[in-house]
This record gives sequence, structure tokens and C-alpha cells, in this order.
Amino acid sequence: MASSELEQEEIRPPQPPGFLQWIRENLFSSIFNSVLTVVLLPVVVFIIYQVLVWVLFQANWKAVTQFPLLYTVGQYPRDQLWRVGFIFSGMILMLGISWGRWGGLLRSITLAAGGLLLVVAILPVQHAELTLNMRLYLVSNIALALVGYLIGKKIPIKSYLIFAAWFLIPIIGVILLAGFESSTLIPPVQTTQWGGLLVTFLLAAGGIVLSFPLGVALAFGRRSSLPVVSAFSTVFIEVIRGVPLVTILFMFSIILALFLPAESRIDRLVRALMAVTVFSAAYSAENVRGGLQSVPLGQIEAAKALGMSNFKTTIFIVLPQALRAVLPAIVGQFISLFKDTTLVVIIGINDFLGIGRSIINSDPEFVQLRTEVYLFMALVYWIFSYLMSLASRRIESAMGVESNL
Amino acid sequence: MNNEPIIKCRGVHKWYGDFHAIKGVDIDVYEGEVIVIFGPSGSGKSTFIRTINRLEEHQQGTIIVDGTELSHDVRNIEKIRTETGMVFQQFNLFPHLTVMQNITLAPIWVRNWPRVKAEAKAMELLEMVGIPEQAQKFPGNLSGGQQQRVAIARALAMEPKIMLFDEPTSALDPEMIKEVLDAMIDLAKSGMTMIVVTHEMGFAREVADRMYFFDEGKIIETGTPDEIYRNPQEDRTKLFLSQILQH
Repeated sequence: MASSELEQEEIRPPQPPGFLQWIRENLFSSIFNSVLTVVLLPVVVFIIYQVLVWVLFQANWKAVTQFPLLYTVGQYPRDQLWRVGFIFSGMILMLGISWGRWGGLLRSITLAAGGLLLVVAILPVQHAELTLNMRLYLVSNIALALVGYLIGKKIPIKSYLIFAAWFLIPIIGVILLAGFESSTLIPPVQTTQWGGLLVTFLLAAGGIVLSFPLGVALAFGRRSSLPVVSAFSTVFIEVIRGVPLVTILFMFSIILALFLPAESRIDRLVRALMAVTVFSAAYSAENVRGGLQSVPLGQIEAAKALGMSNFKTTIFIVLPQALRAVLPAIVGQFISLFKDTTLVVIIGINDFLGIGRSIINSDPEFVQLRTEVYLFMALVYWIFSYLMSLASRRIESAMGVESNL
Repeated sequence: MNNEPIIKCRGVHKWYGDFHAIKGVDIDVYEGEVIVIFGPSGSGKSTFIRTINRLEEHQQGTIIVDGTELSHDVRNIEKIRTETGMVFQQFNLFPHLTVMQNITLAPIWVRNWPRVKAEAKAMELLEMVGIPEQAQKFPGNLSGGQQQRVAIARALAMEPKIMLFDEPTSALDPEMIKEVLDAMIDLAKSGMTMIVVTHEMGFAREVADRMYFFDEGKIIETGTPDEIYRNPQEDRTKLFLSQILQH
């Protein structure tokens, strides 16, 4: 039959090239490319070699390795560290549960975190802060992650409960870290003693969680048909976007304090968080507004024709499509917010960067080691920014499957 | 039988800026009737059908749908939209929702049906339009004809009393027009009140009770399909029919 002949002669898709063929096609495809390869390859190898030699043998990582607690929690009282540990363990447990529930990137993150904990816990060195208790704590967190994984895998927990738990952790965390005036179990700890990665994460997470809804509200406000709402949103967005973050930080940390009565002084860290939040919200608002504009009018008409109110149309039809369209831009905004938190140094908050700088300045010997310290901090910022970027791509592709329109 | 028309339009006018799009239209539609509106592009036929569920606002005249007059009262508008299904030229399915979610969204959130009831209704409708196996797919993975049938099912899921079709086959490839028209013919024969803006003359001949010829924002001629096709009275109707029936 004709059809079976056709099937036999079916053309197979081209196969991916083998290793040698790949080298020939990509590195030696022409005389010029071959010369380029021969010249540049030694240069690249030399540079990598030099960097490795410096990192492994010449660099002195003392200023980094000596103060792991300073880098992570700043001056938080050492006898109250269990509070930070409690929150960290809570997050590890949630990470495990999320891994069990969704897998994918969360699996890689959990495994990487667990691996890091294990490596630190069994480091064969004497270290004042790496006590036996600390090592046991780190190892027990690995077990906790695995317990979380089993819970997430075996027990069908509703997704929104997991989201709610993630949302609650920072809120409970802040309350626990701050403590209460009257409590002996968790006495108050001034935010001036908070520092390091702890503060960086709090500012970034708080800024993201708070600025996003504010940004969405401002985006709708700017499009509102009510002149007062629209004018307020537009002015707010344009003013905030028109001034540098440094200015806003100063405004919230100094000028706000001048206007408010002394007894109602808002905590310094909260003021920094407010500044970061409004700054990020103004940018998020413009991103979201772009997304709102990209939703075709036909979508809104279809929803209205079904009898849906303006509010329901917005919630179910407009917002999901708008946010999906601008997700990469919003995540980009969150990544820059995470890095922008370093500016709080100038209003005297010891975030991760601030701790690094004060360590450098604390000892003439460490001043010589600032390259190592800055490289280490850059690496840490890069790791978390890159994780956010990876997560965004995962979410995008998960959403992309659903939309070929 | 109730002799009051389910849709009653009197002296409906609509302007876009200075452009007079609809110039005084009177139409009565009775329950169970199938009305076909046709006419050249720009004649105001789409604008008119969209005034019936207030996607376009009319500036003069009265439109009464199922005993409720269209006014600025948002509750009236939403009530009328709930009782009136609409199918669009460009389908306008929600791309971020599955076929099933597209159909059940409004029954659940506007009619407050329990999810189980809405999904059972949706499956029933998908079987009626012949694509129950597509329920869990996203609209982007369906053909144009399938998308338009989902759009019909979505509108019907609200159990409307009236169905409006705004050029439902104009954006379809020729081989898909029939599957959509078949679904519409089934619907018409089931007794649904329908207003259809279309140039599909075969469809009109088979199920239309009355036809209206629109030109320049006015009704030029009206009659049964037989009267319109065999014996058009107006020159403009004759000219237009000769143009579209040549093919």
C-alpha cells in the first residue's frame, strides 16, 4: 500500500552531533575560527588557573570564615540565638514540605541547602562558633527537611495552606525575634542588634510581600476613572520613581522622625522597610500597568457578557492575564529590590553588606583582606538573585504550557 | 402564551462622537424566535446587537430585555447580562483557564452554583457541541471551530433566556464553519431565543423566523427568509444579496 511505503520512507529528525563533531562545528568551522580557538583557549585556561590558584592558595579567607554568626545574624544576642534557629528550622521544614508537594526546582534548592548544612556541620576544623551543639543543630535540620519532604509527599496538603504557612513564617519570625517587653521567655531584642543576612532577608522578603499588593493597587489606581484616585496614584508613582532610593531612605529615616511625635517613633528597621516598600511598589505599579494594558478588550467584554461584575472580571480575568504577561519584569524588580536593600547601610542598619564592611573596618589586618570579603558577599548576593531568576523561569514555563494563544 | 416580546427596542440611537451609528431601530423579539440580522460592514448591525447586553451604551430610545429596562443601573445591566448569553466573532475564550474552567467560571461565581453542579452542566453542554474530550485542555490547543463551540457552551452554561451571536463564523476557516453552524442549528431547534448577526444564508434559510437587513444604521427591510430571498422589495437589499450570493 502507498501509505505503508510512505511510513517506511519517513524522514527521521536530525540527530544531535557527537562530541568531536560539536568541536569541529563550533570551534574549528573555518580557518579564522580555528586560529581564534588556538589563541584564545590558552588565555582562558590561564585565567581560570590563576583565579583558582588565588582562591585556593593565595587568598586569606580569615575575615570571612572567622565570623559566620556575624554574617548571618549580626549582633543578635548569642544567648537568644535559638529564636533565629527556630525560624530557620521552620523554613527548612516548609522547604521540605514544598519539595515533597511540588518537586522540581524546590528539590534542587532543598538538596543544595542540605548539602551545604552537611558540609559545614562536618568541617574538620576547630572553630569557636562551630560548637558541637551547633553542628548537631545543622545536621538535625537536614533530618527536618527530609521529614518535611515525606509529609509533603504522603499527606495531600492543600496548596494554599502551604502558601499561607510560607507567608506566616516571616510574620511570626519578626514577632519572635523582637520579643515582648513583659516576657522572660522571649525578652525584647532591639532591632539595632539585628544584622547580617537576617536583616537582608527580612527587608527583601518584607519589601516583596508588601510592595507587590501596593503596586497592584497603584496600577489600578492610576487607571481608575475617579480623578482623585488616579491623580494620587500618578503623582505617587512619578515622585517615587523620580528620586533615588537613597533619598527615600533618608526621608523615611530622618524626616519622618521629625514630623512624628517622639513617643510614636517608628522603629528604624520598620522605616527602612517602608522606604524599600514604597520604592519597589512604584516600579511594580508601572510593570503591572503594562500588563493590564496588554489584556485585550475582548476578554473584558466576554466576562461582562457573562454577567460578571467589574470586581470579578478584574480578579478572575484581567489580573491573572496581566500578571502572567509581566512576570519576568516583576521578578526582575524583586531581584533589584533584594540588591537595593544594601543601601540601608547608609542609614546605619547593619545588613549583610554592612556587617562585611564593619568587619573590614574593625581590624587593620582585615582591611588588607577586603577583596576576599567583597568577593564572598558578591557570591552570596549572586546565589540568591540567581535562585530567584531560576524560580521565575520555572513559573513562567509552568504557565507557558497553559497558554499557546 | 405570553404576548409580551422578550426583547423590545424602540427608537434606539447610538453615536460614536459625531458619527451616527444606529439611527432609530425598532425591533421586537418574542420568546423562541430566531432573528437573523445581516447587512454590509459598517451598517451598525454588530453595534446594535451589542447594545442589547449593554456592551455598547445606547444614547436614545428604550431597550427592554425580559421585562428589565436597560439604564445606567449596574444591577439591571448585570441582571440582563446574566440572562443573555453572547458569542463573539473572535471567541474571546479566557486563555489562562481550561475549557472546563472557562465554562464553569460564571455559573460558580455569578449564579453561585456548587462546583459539582457547574461541572456536570459543562460536561452536558460539551457533549451537546460534540467536544467532551477537550474539557481539560486550554483554549490555545483547540482549533478555531472547537473554540467557538466552547464559547457557545460557555454562554449556555448560565442557562440564558436569550443568545446573541455576533458574526460567530466570520473568523473561522471554511471547513470549520459547518461544525459551529450545526451546533447553532441544534440550539435554534431546541427553542432558544436567538439573535444572530451573520451572512450564512444557509443557516438563515433553515432556522430564521425573521430577517432584518441593516444598512447605514437603519433597518432597510424585514421579512421571513423566503420573502427576503425570493422577493426582496428594496434595491439595496437586492444589490447586497446579489453580492453575497454570487459566491
